[in-house]
Amino acid sequence: MTNATATTTATSDWELVIGLEVHCQLKTRSKIFCGCHTSFGDAPNANTCPVCLGLPGALPVLNAHAVELATRASLALGCTVHETSVFARKNYFYPDLPKGYQISQFDRPLATEGAIVVGHDAAGIPRVIRVHRVHMEEDAGKSVHDRFADVSAIDLNRAGTPLVEIVSEPDIRSAEDAVSYARRLKQILEYAEVSDANMEEGSLRVDVNISVRRHGEQTLGTKTEIKNLNSFSAIERAVDIEFVRQCTVLAAGGIIEQQTMLYDDKRQQVRPARSKEGSHDYRYFPEPDLPPLRLSAEYIAAQGAALPELPPARRERFVAQYGLGLTEVEQLVVTRELADRFEAMAAAAGDARRAANWMLGPVLAAVNASGQPLSAHPVSPERLGALIRMEASGELSNTAARQLFTMLEQQDGDPLELARGAGLLQVRDDGALVGWIDEVLAENPAEAARFLSGEKKLQGVLVGLVMKKSKGAADPKKVNQLLGARAD
Amino acid sequence: MTIDALRAHRVSDAWSVFDAVQAGPDGLNAFLSTDRTAVGNATGSLAGVPVAVKDNLATLHMPTTCGSKILDGYISPFEATAVRKLREAGAAIIGKTNMDEFAMGSSNENSAYGPVRNPVDRTRVPGGSSGGSAAAVASGVVRIALGSETGGSVRQPAAFCGIVGIKPTYGRVSRYGLVAYASSLDNVGVFGATVHEAALGLQVIAGHDRFDSTSANTLVPSLVPDLGTSDRPLTGLVVGKPREYFPASLDPRVAERCERALASLVALGAEVRDVSLPSTELAIPVYYIIAPAEASSNLARYDGVRYGHRAPAADLGTLYEQTRSQGFGAEVTRRILLGTYVLSAGYYDAYYKRAQAVRSLITQEFTQVFASGVHLLFTPTAPTTAFRLGEVSDPYEMYLSDIFTVTANLAGIPAMSLPVGRIDGLPVGGQFMAAPFDEATMLRAAAALERVLGAEAHQ
Repeated sequence: MTNATATTTATSDWELVIGLEVHCQLKTRSKIFCGCHTSFGDAPNANTCPVCLGLPGALPVLNAHAVELATRASLALGCTVHETSVFARKNYFYPDLPKGYQISQFDRPLATEGAIVVGHDAAGIPRVIRVHRVHMEEDAGKSVHDRFADVSAIDLNRAGTPLVEIVSEPDIRSAEDAVSYARRLKQILEYAEVSDANMEEGSLRVDVNISVRRHGEQTLGTKTEIKNLNSFSAIERAVDIEFVRQCTVLAAGGIIEQQTMLYDDKRQQVRPARSKEGSHDYRYFPEPDLPPLRLSAEYIAAQGAALPELPPARRERFVAQYGLGLTEVEQLVVTRELADRFEAMAAAAGDARRAANWMLGPVLAAVNASGQPLSAHPVSPERLGALIRMEASGELSNTAARQLFTMLEQQDGDPLELARGAGLLQVRDDGALVGWIDEVLAENPAEAARFLSGEKKLQGVLVGLVMKKSKGAADPKKVNQLLGARAD
Repeated sequence: MTIDALRAHRVSDAWSVFDAVQAGPDGLNAFLSTDRTAVGNATGSLAGVPVAVKDNLATLHMPTTCGSKILDGYISPFEATAVRKLREAGAAIIGKTNMDEFAMGSSNENSAYGPVRNPVDRTRVPGGSSGGSAAAVASGVVRIALGSETGGSVRQPAAFCGIVGIKPTYGRVSRYGLVAYASSLDNVGVFGATVHEAALGLQVIAGHDRFDSTSANTLVPSLVPDLGTSDRPLTGLVVGKPREYFPASLDPRVAERCERALASLVALGAEVRDVSLPSTELAIPVYYIIAPAEASSNLARYDGVRYGHRAPAADLGTLYEQTRSQGFGAEVTRRILLGTYVLSAGYYDAYYKRAQAVRSLITQEFTQVFASGVHLLFTPTAPTTAFRLGEVSDPYEMYLSDIFTVTANLAGIPAMSLPVGRIDGLPVGGQFMAAPFDEATMLRAAAALERVLGAEAHQ
C-alpha cells in the first residue's frame, strides 16, 4: 500500500461517489412464493417444496404478507408505492438458483423515489440521500463448499425467502455517510417491523457501488461493486480502501474496470471477485406465471396507517416534547425498544431530562456490562421512574440513587421500601440532624471550639463528619444550614 | 349415448386395445409409461374410466419425462392439478403418452423416445406435440386423454387423428403440474373420441386453483352440451368465417370440407357471417418469438444440478454445457437459442417487445369480433392432413402447420377441433374459436355439427 502522504495527494483530487443496494429479508413466516418456512439455521433443505425447488410443473403464488411488509417498508422510506408493479424474470445460471432465473421486479418496481436523512450539517440543514427504488424479489439458495471433500453442496432453505432490494441514488459522498445511510435504513426497517435487519444472519446485506470523479465533474466515473458487506465497519473500511485504490489507479493514468469486488475483512483488502466475465445479460422479461401486482390506493393507505412512529418523526418529537439535544435524541431513538423504554421512564419519573441521563448513563452501562438485551434488564421503567422521582425531590442523594439502582437490579420490590430499609433515604428531620451535629461537636471539642469561634472553613470538615455518622443518610444541605446557624 | 359408450369402455378394454396397437416395430409408440394397477374409483363422473395423460403433466406413480432425455426416469414428488381432479373424479390414469420433447413440435417426431404413429395411417404422423394422447384416443385405447397446447398442440393432432381436441380459455384449467414450455401460452387441453367425451373431461379438470396464479377465479358452467331434440338447435347463433383463415392458397379439398361444415351450421339454424382478423398473418412470427423466449427461461432449470440427467464433468461450466447438450434434442436446442437471442440486451425491444405489442393487437381483433355480435369463429384446424413421417424436415415449413391454431393461444381464447371430413381417408379438422370463458357455446355448436356430420365426417 502507498504511504500516507502519497495517499492524501492521490485522493484529494477526487470526489467519491457512492450508491448502496441493500437486500433486506422481510419478516414473514413463509417464503415469497410458497408455504415453506423461512426460519434460520434449520437442517439443509428442510424447508423446501416443489415450488421453491423449481421442480418441473411447479408455479409461484405470491405471499400476501410479503406484499404487506414490502409496502410498509417502501412507505417507511418515504417512497411512492405504485398501484401496479410487475414481476420479472432475471435469468442466469447458478447452482443455487433452482429455476435458472430469479423472480424479481425490473422496469416496474413496487415503489420509487424515497429519501433518508443521514444527519445534519453544522447549520442544522438535513443531509438527504435519495432512495431510487424498492422492489420485491426472492432470495437464492446457498452453495456450501466446506461440508464435503471435493464436492459442493446446495442448501435451498433460503431459496424463495422474500426480500426487498432498496437502491439508493448515487448521492453518498463519504464512507461515513454510507454507514449513516445503512444504519438509518436498518433502523427504519426495524422500527417498521418489516425485517429483523440482522446483518449477521444475512437478513440485511449491503452492496456498495463506488466510483470517483474529479471535483466539479458532473458525469459519473466507472463504478465497481463491492458485494455482500455484512457489518457497518466493513462498509466503512471497504469504501475507504476501494476509494484509495481507484484514486491510485487513476492518478497513475490507469482506468477503472467495471467489475464486482469482494471485501476481505481479515486481510483488509478489496479484490476482484473470481469470475471476470463481461457484463451480465439477465434477459429480463415479465414473469408470465404471475399477473401484475395491483394494489388499491386504499390498501396502500392502510399499510401506511399501520406503520408506527418512525425514527425521523420520533427524533423531532423528542426534541420538541422533551427539550432534549439532537445528539442525545439520536442515541435515545437508536432502537424502537430503547426509545419506548425511555418514554415509559420519562412518564413514570415526570422528568425527561433525568430519565435521559439515567437511560444513557447507568442503565445502558449496566445493560452493556450484562451482555443481555435491554428487554432483559430487571429494572422496569416504572421502578426506575420512582427512583428518579426520589432523586429529583432530594430524598435520595446521587450516591444513594446509584446504590438503590444496584439494589433494584438485584431484587424485586418497591423502590421506596427498599431505600427506606437500606437507610438510603436522606434524613431531613431537624431532630435527628441536630442530634448527629451535637454528637460530632461533642466528639471533636477542639474543632468545635474553633468553628464556633468563627473559623468557617472548618464547616466542611464537620459536615463530612456528620454525613459519615449518618452513613450518608443526612441531607447535606440541611446539615450545612444547621451548622452554619450555630456559628453565627 | 356417447357417455354410455364412455362408461362401457373399461380399463380391461383399454389394455386389450393397448396391447394390440402399441407393440411391435409398427406400434403406435403412443405411451411412454403405463400403470397396469390403475383402476380408478367407484364414484365420480369418470368412475372407472381409463384416461391417458400427456407426459408433461406431473404424476406421482409414473415418470414425467416430457419426451426428453434430460428427464429420463424423473418421477415427480407432486401431482398436476388436472391429474388430481381426474383421479378424484374416479378416472383410472392408465399411462403417460408420448410427446414432442417439451411440447415443441407439430408432428410428434421430436420425442427422445421415438416418433408416434398415426392410428389412421401408421406411415403418417399423428401431429404434435400431444400426438401420443391423440393416438391413444384415436386408436381406441382410451376415449379421453389430456394433452397440452402452446400453439395448437391439441387441436392439430386431433385434426390429424380424426378426433376432438379442446384448448380451453387461458386460466380455465390450472397449469399447476404442467411442465412449462411457454407459460403465457401453455394450456392443459383435452382429447375425446366425441365432443361429449371431451367436454366431460374438460368439465372435470376446469376450475380455479390457488396453486396457479394465472388460474381464473370464474365459475365453471355446465360444459357438456345438451342439444335437446330440435332440428335447428343453433338458431340465433352467429358464426364468423374469418377470411384470413381461408386464403386462396388453402388446399381446396380442406376448404371444401370446411365449407360443408359451415353449410351444416346454417342448416342447424346458425347465421354465418364473413369477418376479418387482419393481424392473423403475424401470428406465426409472433409465436416463434414469444414461445422460445419463455421456453429459454423455463428450460434453464434443467442444468444437471438437482435432478434429471447429469453429464460427468470436472467443472461447473462443463457440467451445464454437457448436461444440456446431451439432454436436449435439436428442436429444443433451436428454440432455446432463439429465445435467448430475442431476449438478449439490444434485441429485446426489436423482437420480444414488438411481438408482445402485436400479440395485444391480435387479442384486440378477437375482442372486437366477439363484441360485434359474433359468437363463434369457424376455420380449418390445419392447412393439410397428416403428413408422412419424415416428410417435413424444414423447421419453418413445420411451424406453418400451426398457422390456424396459434392465434387462439396468443389471444388466450378457447378453441377446439373436431372432424369435418376426410381426404383420401385422412381426417380433416374444423376449428371453432370462442370468446374467453365461453366454452359452453363452442361445445354446443360442435356437438350439433358432430351430430349432423356424423358418419359423413369419417368418410
